[in-house]
Amino acid sequence: MKKILILGAGTAGTIMANKLRKELPREEWKITIVDQEKVHYYQPGFLFIPFGYYKKADVTKPKQSFIPPGVDIYFRKIEQVIPGENKVRLDNGEVLLYDILIIATGTRVSPEETPGLKGELWHKNIFDFYTIEGAQALANFFKTWEGGDLVIDIADDPIKCPVAPLEFAFYADAFFTERGMRNKVNIFYVTPQSGAFTKPRSSKLLGNMLEDKNIKMVNDFVLSEVDNKRKVITDYSGREVHFDCLVSIPLHIGDPGLNDSGLVDEFGFVRADKYTLQSVDFENIFVIGDASNLPTSKAGSVAHFQSEILLENLICYIEGRPFTAKYDGHSNCYIETGYGKAALIDFNYDTEPLPGFFPFPGIGPFSLLKESRINHYGKLIFRWMYWHILLKGKEMPIDTNMTMAGKKTD
Amino acid sequence: MAQKVYAGVTVDVNEEGYFTNPSQWTREIAAEIAKEEGIDLTEQHYQVIEWLRKRYESGEALSIRSINKSGIVDVKTFYQLFPGAPLKKATKIAGIPKPASCV
Repeated sequence: MKKILILGAGTAGTIMANKLRKELPREEWKITIVDQEKVHYYQPGFLFIPFGYYKKADVTKPKQSFIPPGVDIYFRKIEQVIPGENKVRLDNGEVLLYDILIIATGTRVSPEETPGLKGELWHKNIFDFYTIEGAQALANFFKTWEGGDLVIDIADDPIKCPVAPLEFAFYADAFFTERGMRNKVNIFYVTPQSGAFTKPRSSKLLGNMLEDKNIKMVNDFVLSEVDNKRKVITDYSGREVHFDCLVSIPLHIGDPGLNDSGLVDEFGFVRADKYTLQSVDFENIFVIGDASNLPTSKAGSVAHFQSEILLENLICYIEGRPFTAKYDGHSNCYIETGYGKAALIDFNYDTEPLPGFFPFPGIGPFSLLKESRINHYGKLIFRWMYWHILLKGKEMPIDTNMTMAGKKTD
Repeated sequence: MAQKVYAGVTVDVNEEGYFTNPSQWTREIAAEIAKEEGIDLTEQHYQVIEWLRKRYESGEALSIRSINKSGIVDVKTFYQLFPGAPLKKATKIAGIPKPASCV
């Protein structure tokens, strides 16, 4: 009996467990999945929690319910991966062996790495919204906050869901406007990027939106430290921004359990071929989702598109054929802009986000790089699709590789 | 794709001025790009640039934080050498693509 071991039962790992169990005969392949957490969080929903639109119960379900019969699950922490011996050691000392290893351990925030960030004001005036605890603490804070400087700061790239901080800024504008206190809240968007986003066209559109909403942008700001006494954040060149409420997107790192594996870069992300998703160090190790060092967004849509590619390439690998699937860097993100509207972007390694219609050229129903009400409904409906279709590895009505159909290039 | 002439050599660049073919780079070209950015290159600048090129060739991610591991300069000095947006400026001068850590 051969063994596939999947590390991580988040979005990417769960999709792979479902797809692989359907594909591979049970009498030939044993599939095992490991995760330290029993709860599956619908992470796109974290954005809604600080503003009271979602509660914890709206974004949580047991992981167990998404793992298909015929897949063994261990709720354990990964202690060490030993690629030379095809072994993974868990925190209780148990050792799991594999023929093929799939790493889907994601990324996590690491506020500890920035001096002062996790200081005395942590979860009092300084929050993150990339964890359930941070999002809930911020929701409580906003209930009674009387206003001041609201600073949304991205410590440095790479971060998960690069549009989420922008969405947060747009939502904050709408939220405080609706509460009749927008004039008491100065919103600052502080980013290591030179614009609102990485690529020229989307950066311009999103930059204009920040300006229209009277959100001040501070660019090329890489967070160096946080002064809790004076309530200022400082960048490496010595620039300072004052905050009364700091919404921090801390530095991101890979799973600490991979640190001694020899498979990861200095941030703990697995070095992999950006087209095949195979580890560059070991041929029987593959990576999917946020855990990789691929130059694309760390986002659920990426994990989903990669799952189709990875499945095909795993079958090639098992049958001893050359890889036939190639990941193009495809990513697809809704950008909530507040007031019941959203924009949508669709892009890959080579093509920046462009205006147009999605998924059907000329029809939509979703419009690209433009705000619309239906885009917002798309995002709301997506939560249902996530739990019921995406995680279970069923087919989604979106192409795996990006298509130029419906996009305007001039 | 655009082209630019530096030190008498025609090189391929993208719309933001970053090299699309890092092998076209020379030290003389670097000095001219640096001038456009208002920087006079010193030997320390060149050491940082060469380190960035090596990192790029080995496929490793580039970030402000990774400079601390260069053994050449720390992040604060990196900012002094390439004021404002050091990683973006330094990679441009080094003739390698803009670090694409986000998208």
